[in-house]
Amino acid sequence: MFGLVTYILVAPLVTFGIVILLGKRLPRGGDWLTLFSIWTGLFASLYLFFRYMLGSYDPDYLVSYSFNWLKWGNYDLTIGYAIDNMGIMMLVVVTLISALVHLYSVGYMHGDPKYSRFFAFLSLFSFSMLGLVLVDNLLMIYCFWELVGLSSYLLIGFWHEKDSAANAGKKAFITNRIGDAGMLIGILLTFTTLGTLNLHEIAAGVTAGKLSGGLLTAAGVLLFCGAIGKSAQFPLHVWLPDAMEGPTPVSALIHAATMVAAGVYLVARLFVILTLDASLVIAYIGGFTALFAATIAVAQNDVKRVLAYSTLSQLGYMVMALGAGAYMAGFFHLVTHAMFKACLFLGSGSIIHAMHHALHHIHSDADAQDMRNMGGLRKLMPLTFWTFLIATISLSGVPLTSGFLSKDAILGGSLAFAMMHPKHWILPVLGFSAAILTAFYMFRLIYLTFFGTFRPGEKAEAEVHESPWTMTLPLVVLASLSISIFFVAPGVNPFNAGNGWFATLFPNPPRAYELVLPHNEEAIEPIKEIEIVEHVEHTEPVAEVIGESATETSVEHSEEIHHENEPLAIVHNGTLTEEKLAEEEHKEEATHTTAHAAGATAHAVEHDAHHDVHHKAHNIAMIISIILAFSGILIATAGYYWKKKALDPAVWQKRLGIIYKGMFNKWWSDEIYRATAINGTIGLAKVLGWFDLYIIDGIVNGAAWLGRVYAMIEGWFDNHIIDGLVNLTAWIVGIFGRIVRLFQAGQLQRYVWYTLVFIGLFILMKVV
Amino acid sequence: MYNLTIYLMVSAVLFLLGLFAVMTRKNAISVLMGIELILNASALNFVTFSHFSSGNLNGQVAALFVIIIAAAEAAVALAIFLNIFRIKATSQVDKADLLQG
Repeated sequence: MFGLVTYILVAPLVTFGIVILLGKRLPRGGDWLTLFSIWTGLFASLYLFFRYMLGSYDPDYLVSYSFNWLKWGNYDLTIGYAIDNMGIMMLVVVTLISALVHLYSVGYMHGDPKYSRFFAFLSLFSFSMLGLVLVDNLLMIYCFWELVGLSSYLLIGFWHEKDSAANAGKKAFITNRIGDAGMLIGILLTFTTLGTLNLHEIAAGVTAGKLSGGLLTAAGVLLFCGAIGKSAQFPLHVWLPDAMEGPTPVSALIHAATMVAAGVYLVARLFVILTLDASLVIAYIGGFTALFAATIAVAQNDVKRVLAYSTLSQLGYMVMALGAGAYMAGFFHLVTHAMFKACLFLGSGSIIHAMHHALHHIHSDADAQDMRNMGGLRKLMPLTFWTFLIATISLSGVPLTSGFLSKDAILGGSLAFAMMHPKHWILPVLGFSAAILTAFYMFRLIYLTFFGTFRPGEKAEAEVHESPWTMTLPLVVLASLSISIFFVAPGVNPFNAGNGWFATLFPNPPRAYELVLPHNEEAIEPIKEIEIVEHVEHTEPVAEVIGESATETSVEHSEEIHHENEPLAIVHNGTLTEEKLAEEEHKEEATHTTAHAAGATAHAVEHDAHHDVHHKAHNIAMIISIILAFSGILIATAGYYWKKKALDPAVWQKRLGIIYKGMFNKWWSDEIYRATAINGTIGLAKVLGWFDLYIIDGIVNGAAWLGRVYAMIEGWFDNHIIDGLVNLTAWIVGIFGRIVRLFQAGQLQRYVWYTLVFIGLFILMKVV
Repeated sequence: MYNLTIYLMVSAVLFLLGLFAVMTRKNAISVLMGIELILNASALNFVTFSHFSSGNLNGQVAALFVIIIAAAEAAVALAIFLNIFRIKATSQVDKADLLQG
C-alpha cells in the first residue's frame, strides 16, 4: 500500500523533473509523460478508494507509517504518511481533477510556446497537493503548503509577458505569505506546548488536556490564518479573483477545486483541537466571506470572475460549516464543489477558447471573457452548455445534484448550531442569503452566456465551434459526478445523503472542548469513561459486533493500524444503536461506580437531544434551501430570460445605487487595501528609508569621519614623536660610534700604544 | 756568582729594546725583529727562574715552547707581510691600515 502511495506521490515529481529539463527535446513537449503519471496516479487512487476505503467501510480507518527524520534536543521529529478516509478521498479528488485538467490542457494549451513548461508545472502542483494530503504532521503539511503556493504562483504568472498576470502571481504569493506567517506561529505554538507535530498526537494531546484554554484558541486561530490565506477567506480574499489571469485549466485545478480547498482541508484536519471560541471565529469569517463574495459575484461581467467570486463564496460555506461543527458537511462540500466548480471553470475555458477564436477571426479586440460579448452559445456549443448547466444547478443547490446534498448539509449544520447557540442566529442567515444569491448569479451567467443572440454578430458566429474531445470529455465526466446518485449510495433517497457512504465514513469527530466543557465539575470523567469502554470492547465478545467493521477488516489489511480515536468515536459519534450497546456494556461493567453510569446516561441524553436538533434543523434547512434556490433561479430567469420590466437589470442597477457600485467594485477591497495596507507599507518604508539614509548612514559616516580624524592625529604622533624618539636613539648611537671609531686606527703600533697606556693605567691604579 | 737581579735586568733591557723596536720602527721586518727580542726576553726570564728555583725544569720547557712559537710566529708573520706587500706594494706597517674603523 505504501509503495502505491509513494508511486502516486512521486511520479508527478519525477515527470516534473524530466519535462522541465528535457521538455523541448521530447516529442509533443513531454505532455504524454505527465499525463501518464497523473492518470496512473488516478487509477491507483481509485484502487485505494475501492479496496481500502469502501472495502473496510470504517470511519476510523487509519494506516500510518512514519520514521524519525531529525532530532531536536529532546524531540524526535518524525515524518511519514497518515492515510485515512479523508486522505484517500482527497487523493481521489486531487488526482481525478488533475488528470482531467491535464487532458483538457492538451486541447486548451495547444500551440502555446511554453506548452511543455505548463505541463511540468501542472505536475509539480500535483505532487505538492498530493503530498499535502498524505503527510501526517504539520511541518510537512507546511512544506507542501508552500510548495503548492509556489506552483500556484508559477501557474498564475504563466503568461508573465502580460504585466497583469505577473502582478497577479506576485499578489497571490504575497497575500498567501501573510496567512502563512500566522500558520507558522501556530505550528510553533503547538510544537512548544505539545512537543509534537504529528496530527494524531496533537489531537491526542489536546484531548488529554495538555493544551487548553486561551492558548488552544490562539493555536487554532493562528493555524486557521494559513487557511484564510490559502482558501482566500475574507481579509485575504483579494488574490483569488486576480489569480484568474492564469490559464483557465489552472483556474479550474488550483483556484477552484484543489489548492484553495487545502485551507478547508487543514481546518478539517485540525477540527478536533478547535475550541468554541476558535470555531466561532472560523464560522463567522466563513459565513461573512460566503455572503460578501456572493454579492460581488452578482455584479461581475467577466465570466471567470463570476466563477472566482463564486468559489470564494463556496469556500466560505465550507469554512463556516467547519466552524459551526458540521465537519461532514464542510468536507462533503469540498468534494462536491471540487467536481462541479472544476466543471464550470473548464466549461468557461471552453467558452473562452471558442470566443477567442471567433473574435480573433473578425479582428475584434473585444474581451473574450466578458459575458456581454457572448450570448446564444447554447446551440453553438451544446456539449459545453449541457455540462455547464448541470454543474450550475448543482452549485445552485437544486435537488438531485451533489451540490444540493452538501450545501443542504452545511445549511442544516449552521442552523443546528444556531438553534443550540441562539446568540449566533446570524450564521444561518448569512448562509441562506448567500444561497439565494448563488442561484441568482449562476443563472444570470447562464442566460447571458448561452441564451439570446450571439452579440459579436453573425460573421463571428460562424466561427464558434465546439471544443475538441480532450476538452469536452473532462466536462462530461465532471458533470456526471455532480449528480447526487454518486453520493447517496448505498442509500436510495436522493434528498438525503445521511445514509450514504460519505456520511458514514466521515462522521463528525468530537471536538476537544465538547469533551471537557459539558461536564465542568467532572472535567476528567469523560476520559475515564472512554478508557472503560475501551476495555469492554477488547474483552467482551459483544464488542466485536460493534467493532466488526472497524477492528477485524482493517487488521487484515495492515499491521500498522492505529485505533486511537476509535473509542471516542463510539461514545460520541457512533450511530445510536452502537452507542446504546456500548452504554449498556458500560453500565454492566461499571456498576460499582454509579457516578460514571450517571455521567454516561446524562451524556447519552444530551447526545440524543443533539441528534434531534440536527434532524430538525436538517429538515427545515432543506425546505428553505430548496425554496431559496428556486426563487433565485426564478428571479434570474425573470430578469434575464423573460426580460420582465419590473426586473430589468439596468433599472435595478440604478435603483440600488451605491450598493450596486459596491458590488461591482468588489466593495472596493483592493482600493481599501491600496489606501491602507499598501500605501501604509510604502509610507512606512519611506520613513524607514529616510531614517536609514540620514540617521543610520549619518551615524555610520560620522563614525567613519571620527575614525579618520583620530587616524590623522595618530599618524602625526607616529611620524613625529615615535619616529623622532627612534631616530634620536639612532643618532646618539651614531655619535658614540663616531667617537669609538677614532680609536680603531687599523695601525698595529697605535694598538700597542693603547695597550701600553692601559697597562700603565692599571699599574697606576694598583699602586695608588 | 751572578745573582738573579742581573739576569732579570738583562731580560728587562732586552724586552724594552724589543718593545721600542715594535713601537717605533716603520719597516715590518724591523717590527718582527722587535717581537723576536720580546720573545727572547721572556724566554730568558723563564730560564732564569728555572735556574734559581732548584731542580724545577718547568721554566726550561716553557723556554723551549717560546722558541718553537717564535719560529711559527715568524713564518706566519712573514706570510702576512708578504700578502700586505702584494696588496699595498709597501712594507711600512703604518701604511697597512686596512682595518681602520
